[in-house]
Amino acid sequence: MPEQLAFAIEVFLNGLMSGVLYALVALGFVLIYKASGIFNFAQGVMALFAAMTLVGIQNGQVPFSHLINAALGTQIHHFGWHIHSVLAITLTVGVMILLAWAIQRFVFRHLVGQEPIILFMATIGLAYFLEGFADLMWGSEIKKLDVCLMADACLPQGINLAIDEITFGWFGYGFFIDNLDITATIVAAILVVALVAFSQYTKQGRAMRAVADDHQAALSVGISLNFIWVLVWSVAGFVALVAGIMWGAKSGVQFSLSLIALKALPVLMLGGFTSIPGAIVGGLIIGVGEKLFEFWVGPLVGGATENWFAYVLALLFLVFRPQGLFGEKIIERV
Amino acid sequence: MFYREAGDFKTSYSADNQTFPIKFDRVGYIVVMLIAFLVIPFIINDYWANAIFLPFLIYAIAALGLNILVGYCGQVSLGTGGFMAVGAYACYKLMTSFPDINIFFHVIIAGGITGLVCVVFGLPSLRIKGFYLAVATLAAQFFLVWLFNRVAWFYNYSASGQINAPERTVFGIEVTGPNTEAWATYLFCLVFLVASALIARNLTRGMAGRKWMAIRDMDIAAEIIGVNPLKAKISAFAVSGFFVGISGALFFSVYLGAVEVGEAFGINKSFLVLFMIIIGGLGSIFGSFAGAAFLVLLPVVLKVVGVDMLGWPTDIVAHLQLVIVGGLIIMFLILEPHGLAQLWRVTKQKLRLWPFPH
Repeated sequence: MPEQLAFAIEVFLNGLMSGVLYALVALGFVLIYKASGIFNFAQGVMALFAAMTLVGIQNGQVPFSHLINAALGTQIHHFGWHIHSVLAITLTVGVMILLAWAIQRFVFRHLVGQEPIILFMATIGLAYFLEGFADLMWGSEIKKLDVCLMADACLPQGINLAIDEITFGWFGYGFFIDNLDITATIVAAILVVALVAFSQYTKQGRAMRAVADDHQAALSVGISLNFIWVLVWSVAGFVALVAGIMWGAKSGVQFSLSLIALKALPVLMLGGFTSIPGAIVGGLIIGVGEKLFEFWVGPLVGGATENWFAYVLALLFLVFRPQGLFGEKIIERV
Repeated sequence: MFYREAGDFKTSYSADNQTFPIKFDRVGYIVVMLIAFLVIPFIINDYWANAIFLPFLIYAIAALGLNILVGYCGQVSLGTGGFMAVGAYACYKLMTSFPDINIFFHVIIAGGITGLVCVVFGLPSLRIKGFYLAVATLAAQFFLVWLFNRVAWFYNYSASGQINAPERTVFGIEVTGPNTEAWATYLFCLVFLVASALIARNLTRGMAGRKWMAIRDMDIAAEIIGVNPLKAKISAFAVSGFFVGISGALFFSVYLGAVEVGEAFGINKSFLVLFMIIIGGLGSIFGSFAGAAFLVLLPVVLKVVGVDMLGWPTDIVAHLQLVIVGGLIIMFLILEPHGLAQLWRVTKQKLRLWPFPH
């Protein structure tokens, strides 16, 4: 096998892996959009917030310590304990549920019945608020995220040597694939299966789908809209936590984490706003597309095409198929 | 007391349709103009110009432009930062290619070029609406910033990738470059702002503005009564791009002087201008001014209170600012979707009746 082709295949595989991570973020968008018609721009910041909270709880950081120190002149930083990852993740899920309740109670309950674009702008405001809030709460420095189930069973880092050796045996060229990406793919697959099972086979999941189908009909058969919306935001918060862990372990917990939301938008436009399979397929297409484009066309035009390729692809796609690949046909022609 | 229509008789159609129907407002307008043109230039210093007046004037132009697109025509754009970058780079190329022509014309032509670019990226609006369009305009934001970052022709192959404004004069007085006087840059921007506001006001109350508003309120109904959606939307994008381009050109040449595109015209700039018109008031000329003033003053006030008076570290104040801005956006959307402009209108209504309740 020629070197160039093998290299292209490697780029392709890496694209698939990063596509999975985009799809993870996009999933959170789709969940909220389907159930409440809100296009949640704050999803990426929620991932950042979740990851920061996880790190903070794990390392026993004192929340708002910077603010307290500045206001009272004290010198507190840490409680001085280190919490096990599983317990910390459970606590973080609790925080995300609390956040979901607060968002529903203080923001969107007051905006029921507004135009979608107003809700969208409210989520941009929410994104700013959460970003500042997370920084105030846990500090804005770049943090290292280690998630360990047991003392020596952490999220794997680095390149998978087994794949490297096997492919070297097959093609005479070793593929470089990140362990973390493989883990992320497996976790994403489990998450999607769990979400589908949840929405198909549990009472709450069915209620959630009913609300997504028709608010008023759901209300009239006795489903509590408030509860379902809090539930949906909680689930989205959980998905954000998973995405935050994966991205955080990959590149550290820092501000740029919130920018993955911007990457998820073209994924959604490609896959359709209302489709979970669409989010996954769209994520894979964008992930592979931008890596291959950078590989072949990037050197010709000066590189760093990853910044805009996804958007331009989605934009072209929108012009020809406004509802995306799998979305419901809801956009009216003007 | 003084805020009354009583005794103010309108004898012609144009008098009846004027922007300020109440005499108190007309006098107030003239007084503000006199202060802006004849008083402030004599007392302004570098700190006031750079911290408050120049950003306010320039952002107000951008907010006017975006308000025409979002507030009047209902097409949400998140590409403002990218379009401001087009204005800045167009102005830079013109300034360096045609040094003999007055910078005044460079800025205007830069606005025109931005209008054209804006139209190109506005074309998808003919097929998609709402936040689909908002996301589509993000493509403009990222693509344009990348373009100015990577294609060396735009920054004249300078080693740093930055663009630096050369020294240019108007009537023999320097307005760009390192040796400018505060009053000169202030007046230069003020002229553009006043002209932009006059144009915007007269466009929005005329036929063009009514077409935009018809499209905003209900596009299908607008089409049935004979508004061409293609022309209305494209013209809104063009006019909006023109103003945004002018503000971008001024932002680069007069205010900053040297620009690195990703830093100065990133996605945050798009959000900032969008926040200005949400807080100020969608679909209101006054709102563009109020929103720009509010969001220019807020960081300054927070810095004075937080850093200088309370002695907090700057990063905490910066984070607090994010929380406050985000919270304000949500509050305004919930409590007063028409922004500061609506509060102003309510105040005026109350003033007209004062001291009587009804």
